[in-house]
Amino acid sequence: MAVSADPFAAPRAAKGRAPDVFKRGGWTPMRQFSEDDVVDFVVVGTGAGGAPLIAGLAENGFSVVGFDAGPYFRPLEDFASDEREQEKLYWTDERVVDGANPLTMGGKNSGKAVGGSTVHFAMVSLRFRPEWFKSRTTLGYGADWPLDWREMWQYYAKAEKALSIAGPVTYPWGPKRPRYPYRAHELNGAAELLARGAEAMGIQWTPTPLATVSAPHGKSPPCVYRGFCRFGCSTNAKQSQLVTFIPRALRAGAEIRDLAMVGRIEMGADGRAAGVHYHREGRWRFQRARNVVVAGYAIETPRLLLASATDKYPDGLGNSSGLVGKNLMTQSNQAVFGAMRQEVRWYKGPPSLSITEHWNYDDRKDFAGGYCWMAQGPLPVEWVTIQTSSRGLWGQALRDEMEKYNHQVGLKMVGEMLPNEDNRVTLADDIDQYGLRVARVTYSWGDNDKALIQHALGQMQTSLEAVGATNIFRQENDTNHLAGTARMGDNPATSVVNADCRSWDIPNLWVCDGSVFPTTGGVNPSLTITSIAMRTADRIQALAARGEL
Amino acid sequence: MTDRYPDYDVLDKRWTQSWNEPTREAIDRRLAMPRDPRFFSGDEWATLNAVCDRIMPQPRDRPPVPLAAFVDQKITDRLLDGYRYAQLPPQDEAWRRGLAALDEAAVEAHESPFHSLPPDLQDGLLRKMQRGELSGEAWGDMPCRMFFEHRVIPDITHAYYAHPVAWNEIGFGGPASPRGYVRMGLDRRDPWEAVERNAAQEAKSRRKNGRVG
Repeated sequence: MAVSADPFAAPRAAKGRAPDVFKRGGWTPMRQFSEDDVVDFVVVGTGAGGAPLIAGLAENGFSVVGFDAGPYFRPLEDFASDEREQEKLYWTDERVVDGANPLTMGGKNSGKAVGGSTVHFAMVSLRFRPEWFKSRTTLGYGADWPLDWREMWQYYAKAEKALSIAGPVTYPWGPKRPRYPYRAHELNGAAELLARGAEAMGIQWTPTPLATVSAPHGKSPPCVYRGFCRFGCSTNAKQSQLVTFIPRALRAGAEIRDLAMVGRIEMGADGRAAGVHYHREGRWRFQRARNVVVAGYAIETPRLLLASATDKYPDGLGNSSGLVGKNLMTQSNQAVFGAMRQEVRWYKGPPSLSITEHWNYDDRKDFAGGYCWMAQGPLPVEWVTIQTSSRGLWGQALRDEMEKYNHQVGLKMVGEMLPNEDNRVTLADDIDQYGLRVARVTYSWGDNDKALIQHALGQMQTSLEAVGATNIFRQENDTNHLAGTARMGDNPATSVVNADCRSWDIPNLWVCDGSVFPTTGGVNPSLTITSIAMRTADRIQALAARGEL
Repeated sequence: MTDRYPDYDVLDKRWTQSWNEPTREAIDRRLAMPRDPRFFSGDEWATLNAVCDRIMPQPRDRPPVPLAAFVDQKITDRLLDGYRYAQLPPQDEAWRRGLAALDEAAVEAHESPFHSLPPDLQDGLLRKMQRGELSGEAWGDMPCRMFFEHRVIPDITHAYYAHPVAWNEIGFGGPASPRGYVRMGLDRRDPWEAVERNAAQEAKSRRKNGRVG
């Protein structure tokens, strides 16, 4: 069987066609624009925020070019069932991390591929608790969003349908929501143990709503429970942006440019963005555009805005508030692990097949914010990372512990961290392979973050003890998703963009990714990013109709 | 040799529905890993191999996974982690400096290079590095504890547990595309998964492990 040429060697989206991800060696027609064309929109980034916006804009008749620094993978031909090999999906370019709790980057939170991090995300697709959109007003912490939860509820439903989310008939927490489009997945051993533990504690649990199909959808076959979800889905069961909104975008006439790193936004004399400078096939190029959307996630988005500084905008674009790069948030991702007498074999199936959101909806605690926890299935390289970083093991002691692999069970939290202006992205002096200054990512946990983590670790430990796990230990140091750094708001002095993801300072500059989150909530962010992107596409259409673009 | 999963060999599945072509190619490359250094010098190589032997000791009755060669490859091929702690230099410089400093500490404490020390003295120095207790000019401004935690441990242990030999030892199912798994629940096993040794029925365990392919 022929394997296609190296996806890193040369762009695949070229010559009027792009890869057909559903067909080995297949191509799909792609409209292409000239650099002399002034396209309606360029979108920098094709992940959970960029891709739905590219598709939505193109479907509304705008001319759109989507840029991604990463390659255009063909999952059926390029994806191995292997942790190490699939590191090729991650953003592994240099970044400098510091602060009291430096962030682990790479596979934990950063993708470099058409489809962005959704190519390797764990598919957990959750709605925010409604109060989180007004957490300052209703719960007394963080910052309010300029969005109304009832409107978001409509867009969540649209996003869940577009991604064929597989989940339970009735979701235990929050206001009523429609049943999920696809039936929930079967539980694996690790997920069963979460359920037993929750029931023993008297709290609710549910099968996790996941973006991998439980029955055929279009050209996606049902999930076969390989368990390598976080390393790319080689069957296309996973509803990543690469196999959902990107094909839609191409059908609607958008162009995708892969292996195209945008390094600077050009400002025109009229105070509007004029286009983007990007590096592709060995040289710098320029694409003219009427609007520029930055959708590179919470590190690359502020990095690009800061790197685009001019004499008129010495602190970077869209930064009159001084908040570009600030209020970076990650989510606490601590875990508790133990060993069972039974064989769990947690490598089978999606890693997080069951969940409890109990502590996102119960406010009887002495700290702000919420968290959920999910069943876990780390593969061997991740498992040895947990053993060594949590317990300091090496040598024969490490080998002996690793042998218990098939009996291990674990619970891992996704917890809300509070915004703090000292947690931020700035530009370091180091230069990357494109000649661009790399991001410096500074992060320290606050007292509230630490209190929330300790509460969660105690609860998860109680749950594991309730199912008879032994040799229990805690993984105290992990974090995952990102948010903040270009927050949305109602006030230009305290936010970077408005509710429509539009810059307060530069009317044709937009940000559409997790950067716009004022707070990060206690659930995985991707469904909220996608829902906001779908809303933004609608809002741009409405603004255009009124002549307000 | 460890024998929790007797006669289980994940490579038996190479031509089954559990391995697609990209997986076969990736694992073939890993198994064909050249065992000579391209980045490290002779002295560094001796020290690195000795460190690998202590961090991840391997049974003597099979060829060892060439861990030092994987560390060398990571540097030579510039396989980056995606982040660098501000207190650590880039990975090539960190390794070069860290190995020299460890050797310097060995000579100072025991009047012998690290690689020729007996295992218990080697372990003692590594424990000191882990606790941040080694000092000396060769470290420069690189904290030895961070070098241990963020370079020595991950670069060596990741290489080991990415290798099929390690998967056999821990009973991991290994590559699973496109077939995946069918029996998902507790204490359930697909016929293409490893069987744990059962003292009463050892022969049966071996027989089943011989049939995963």
